[in-house]
Amino acid sequence: MTIKRRDILIAILVVLLAWHVLSVVMNKPILPTPLAVGAIFIEELNKGLLEHFFVSLWRVVASTALAIAIAVPIGLLLGQSKKLNSLFSPLIYILYPIPKVVFVPIVLLFFGLGDFPKILIIFMILFFQILVLVRDQAANLRPELIQSVRSLGAGRRALFRFVYLPASIPAILTALRQTVGTAVAVLYIAELFATQRGLGYYIYLNGSTLYNFPAMYAGIVAMSVLGLGLYFSVDWLEKRLSPWQQRE
Amino acid sequence: MRADGRMTSAIGYMIKLETITFGYAQTTPIFDRFSWEVLGGETWAVLGPSGCGKTTLLYLLAGLVPPQAGHVHIDGELINRPRPQTGVILQDYGLLPWATVTQNAELGLKIRSFYGPDGKHAPKSSTHSSNVNYWLERLGLVEHASKYPAQLSGGQRQRTAISRTLAMQPDLLLMDEPFSSLDAPTRENLQHLTLELREEHNLTLIIVTHAIEEAVVLGQKILLLEEPPNSEPQIILNLDSSKPEYRNSKEYLELCQSLRARMGEDEPSI
Repeated sequence: MTIKRRDILIAILVVLLAWHVLSVVMNKPILPTPLAVGAIFIEELNKGLLEHFFVSLWRVVASTALAIAIAVPIGLLLGQSKKLNSLFSPLIYILYPIPKVVFVPIVLLFFGLGDFPKILIIFMILFFQILVLVRDQAANLRPELIQSVRSLGAGRRALFRFVYLPASIPAILTALRQTVGTAVAVLYIAELFATQRGLGYYIYLNGSTLYNFPAMYAGIVAMSVLGLGLYFSVDWLEKRLSPWQQRE
Repeated sequence: MRADGRMTSAIGYMIKLETITFGYAQTTPIFDRFSWEVLGGETWAVLGPSGCGKTTLLYLLAGLVPPQAGHVHIDGELINRPRPQTGVILQDYGLLPWATVTQNAELGLKIRSFYGPDGKHAPKSSTHSSNVNYWLERLGLVEHASKYPAQLSGGQRQRTAISRTLAMQPDLLLMDEPFSSLDAPTRENLQHLTLELREEHNLTLIIVTHAIEEAVVLGQKILLLEEPPNSEPQIILNLDSSKPEYRNSKEYLELCQSLRARMGEDEPSI
């Protein structure tokens, strides 16, 4: 399943080439060439784009960290206890499929300006995904495995440390892989409102208010870099943290 | 090599079950006031058809489940939780899929140092930490040390489980169907190795199996379990089992035949 680095570079070149050809053929200001966008991109970096990028990155990273910190313990707890799980699973069952993006107006209404409402929205998306996957992973550990480790002297704490926690890592990474794209998309929506910082705001401002299309494209490129970068990070973490799943 | 605590246990009882009763809800109890004794250093095979309670017996001995009535004593100690000096190898070996052979073999020792010598999770007088590498070498796993369980054959997984258990220097080793999923040559090979290790380390060995031949090859004594409830232990002496060429002897074949008859007598003929 691993894709070679060279092939990824070729894929990027193909996309850029297609963009370039399309732009030359269309020959309109609403689709500048990648070269023009690249030049503006570098120019804009110093004029605020970089700052917007880091604001958006911070919001994603903060909400991811928060989601992992809260969802993993709850997921492990529910996965270990059939009683708790049957108590909470109907609640999770109805909340899980609701598209969290529709909560954007509510969250903004309640929490107003600042980073917190944005972080909260992405958190909600990641939280349920991580919770469900970690819970199922913990619940599906074979009882023989648990008993074997208990027979080695492990009580609750050691089971948590040596079995449940390492078992949850692949589930966390799978959850991140599945949600990172959605998280960035929802971040974009959230940054259209009640903020003057972040790539969503930057793209919207340049596209719809200033009609600075090359800058708008530079913002879109930055958002793509953010999404791709997060995706690659998950890949990298997966290779580092769960090599046993790749070498089978 | 061992502390003198081992010497007393070799003379006395290693296992003493006192009128234990155990059953799962709303079924006939598997054990009904069942008593059984094992001397230190003995090798027992626990034989019986599926559903007779073989695995349950092992779980009771391991302290993984408590009896509903009666007592389990191991080496004079009342058991109500897993005992640090008891080594247990369950049917699917219980290896961590995300850990290499070395990491799996070290798991027990890591758990011990996680708690420290508290007498509950780890022995109080934690002897000098055992060397995992010695066991990997002894069990021929050195070249597989950095592999994950999914990359190993069944025999190699079983060897990993054995090295993990023996690294903790147990005096009692409980094994649940340890060789049943292995091919014949690997099975014989590991049976020999297990008996060899038992001899070297003066272990008391309990092997649960459904295979008559295996029970007769391995067990100096055989405990035969039948359809629940089990009340009286049915014990068959098989003290010749350790003799060379026993597998080809007349006594071996006769014992297998008589066990087959005893195990088959309750089953409806089809």
